[in-house]
Amino acid sequence: MPTVWFIIVSLMIAAYVVLDGFDLGAGILYLYAARTVDERRKVLRSIGPVWDGNEVWLLAAGGTLYFAYPQLYASAFSGFYLPLMMVLWLLMLRGIGIELRVHIENPVWQGFFDVVFCFSSALLAIFFGAALGNVIRGVPLGADGYFFEPLWTNFQLGPHPGILDWYTVMAGVVALVTLTAHGALYVRVKTDGELAGRCRALALGVWPVQLLLTLVSLVATWFVRPSIKENYLHYPIGFLIPLVVFGSLLVMLLATRTGKEKQAFVASSIYITGMLVGAVFALYPVVLPASTDPALNLTIYNSAAGAHGLLVGLVWWIPGMLIAIGYFVFVYRMFRGKVQLEGGGY
Amino acid sequence: MDSALLIHRLHFAFTVTFHYLFPQLTMGLAPLIVTLKTLALRTNDERYSQAARFWARIFGINFVIGVVTGIPMEFQFGTNWSHFSRFAGGVIGQTLAMEGMFAFFLESAFLGLFLYGEKRLSPRAHWWSAVAVFLGSWLSGFFIIATDAWMQNPVGYITAPDGSMQLSSFWALVLNPWAWWQYAHNMCGAVITGTFVMASVGAFYLLWGKYEEHGRIFVRVGVTVGIVASIIQLFPTGDGQGRLLAHKQPTTLAAMEALFESSNNAPLVLIGQPDVPQRKIDNPLVLPGMLSFLTYRRWEAGVRGLNAFPPDTWPDNIPLLYYSYHIMVGLGTMFIAIMVVSAFMLWRGSLFRARWMLWVLLLSLPFPYIANTAGWMTAEIGRQPWLVYGLMRTADGYSKMVSAGNGLFTLLGFMGMYMVLGILFLFLVRREIENGPVVQSTAGH
Repeated sequence: MPTVWFIIVSLMIAAYVVLDGFDLGAGILYLYAARTVDERRKVLRSIGPVWDGNEVWLLAAGGTLYFAYPQLYASAFSGFYLPLMMVLWLLMLRGIGIELRVHIENPVWQGFFDVVFCFSSALLAIFFGAALGNVIRGVPLGADGYFFEPLWTNFQLGPHPGILDWYTVMAGVVALVTLTAHGALYVRVKTDGELAGRCRALALGVWPVQLLLTLVSLVATWFVRPSIKENYLHYPIGFLIPLVVFGSLLVMLLATRTGKEKQAFVASSIYITGMLVGAVFALYPVVLPASTDPALNLTIYNSAAGAHGLLVGLVWWIPGMLIAIGYFVFVYRMFRGKVQLEGGGY
Repeated sequence: MDSALLIHRLHFAFTVTFHYLFPQLTMGLAPLIVTLKTLALRTNDERYSQAARFWARIFGINFVIGVVTGIPMEFQFGTNWSHFSRFAGGVIGQTLAMEGMFAFFLESAFLGLFLYGEKRLSPRAHWWSAVAVFLGSWLSGFFIIATDAWMQNPVGYITAPDGSMQLSSFWALVLNPWAWWQYAHNMCGAVITGTFVMASVGAFYLLWGKYEEHGRIFVRVGVTVGIVASIIQLFPTGDGQGRLLAHKQPTTLAAMEALFESSNNAPLVLIGQPDVPQRKIDNPLVLPGMLSFLTYRRWEAGVRGLNAFPPDTWPDNIPLLYYSYHIMVGLGTMFIAIMVVSAFMLWRGSLFRARWMLWVLLLSLPFPYIANTAGWMTAEIGRQPWLVYGLMRTADGYSKMVSAGNGLFTLLGFMGMYMVLGILFLFLVRREIENGPVVQSTAGH
């Protein structure tokens, strides 16, 4: 049962990154790609009706994580105290950046919220990447299952690292680049004209960087956590994951070049999912490795909620998820097609 | 009090108090907007559609602030109250996760359609989107109340070998009697906020002499729903909650009423300042026997005072608890008076001409917010010194790894951030009210 919830929570996090990832990406490229008033409205309209729903995946995944692994939630959230609080502030700034901007048509007012939206989106991408980096690298867990990390120490690895060291900063950059491409491909699907052209050029431009960073992060992860290979050697089917990752990266390039915009976006979604699945596959059954002593690792077994609760949860989670997917299909169908500027909103 | 504990308590208290200023209007306005939209569908009167659109614009601004200030609440269970999360997560993880799965997805999916989809949808489909948002916000309220109710009156749990609480009965958790009384009382309080805000804006238009037709709709809907909600708030919901409290948390009841000594024929204190060290009330104005009667329906029934309980189980801030409770009840009584007079004058057809009463309605705007806040303070301060009543003390629940210095850093950050949010909110809502219900907002929302 803890394994079932491990898969569920991982997939919910992946769904969050794929969905909110494209509207974060749209925010990152916003100031660069959308230059006129109309272009900015188009970008905002392309994510306007869906960004809040996408962000709910973060809350739903967080709630499910809390429900399934209370010990992990308690330990990770208090240990990552400062960066999580900053994530909250950034989420707030981003939310009001998108939603309050539209209320007054004044270049000063809108210009301010444009910058708020762009910077909070970029910083969030970096923070989320660095968070994942921390989970892979391990944290200084004590015998009581808790830890506290300062924001940074000397940017080196070791038993008592900071939130930011060279490895997690790299993970942040990987996330930034990945989501920039993801957002560019999304905006390209939803818009046309010069804006779509700039997004295409941007996606093509960051592609080599993305490839390079994927390779570098793979090698670096091998170096930081040599034990990642164990699960892969145990279950060789896992080697399909890197194949999928590099395959989807290749499809992204080819599809973007040949103008198959939807295919390129789907490939980017598969790439992101593959990267995340590859990471959690390597970690399983550990959910938070200890940099101090592997015996202190938090695993799905020592951090899960009681068996009865987990079983009951499955009974409501499955219908709840099906209904939620139904809403999403419905809403995305309602707002399908290229963005038009007539009518109300944003 | 250990300073880290104090900071973590203030951190949660500040962020949740500010947050709840917004959902109470969201949850209170949602059924009123559905009412306006229903009237618009039934009568085909454009003014009802304009009224619904006007309140949807205010709802939208209010909703954004509610969402962005709500996310920190879920996070803080882990960041600031990690020992509590580890202890209780096996039970309340259920309700918190269900809120995300059943309420947030519903609400967020249909909010976009409701706010921006009126042109894309048929009138009936748009009505359904409003109903979906209403349902989503009320479901969300239920799951949060069920979580709080478990902390007030823990049920359906067993103690695991490691000392943590684990779920033993799902139905006991969601059918917790405390949850249903508190939910009824709380949602009724939210509707009171919604009706007073609507009536107050309506009164403003009537006094201003602009958008008077819409102002009359706002006052009529606000007062008609408001009188029902104000009365239900006292009886049966407030009364039921009070009697449950007497049964489950007698110490809290004694502290709320500042009843220091047990008494047969216990008085109800209307006004007076509790002096805890001397165990007495200064300048009291009391109704003899009333507390006995309200609690047990007998004038001579014995009510246990604080002296019947060990002092280390007394709420740690009795004066604040006493004042929160008395402010809530006092304002609740005032709401009934205002609504009864307004409803009577509305029925007689004299309300729209009685400028003094319109002034009363206009100026009543802040009080439901104060009453709802005071009500939550009563519930949460009354639960002290327990975090989970009888099972875990507040002093044992906070994140021991997060120092007072780190906690203060983020508390100050939230204060600054929320000040900005509050100013932006007031600025934008003031603008919508001044623009009025007739013109489409310039932003074309």
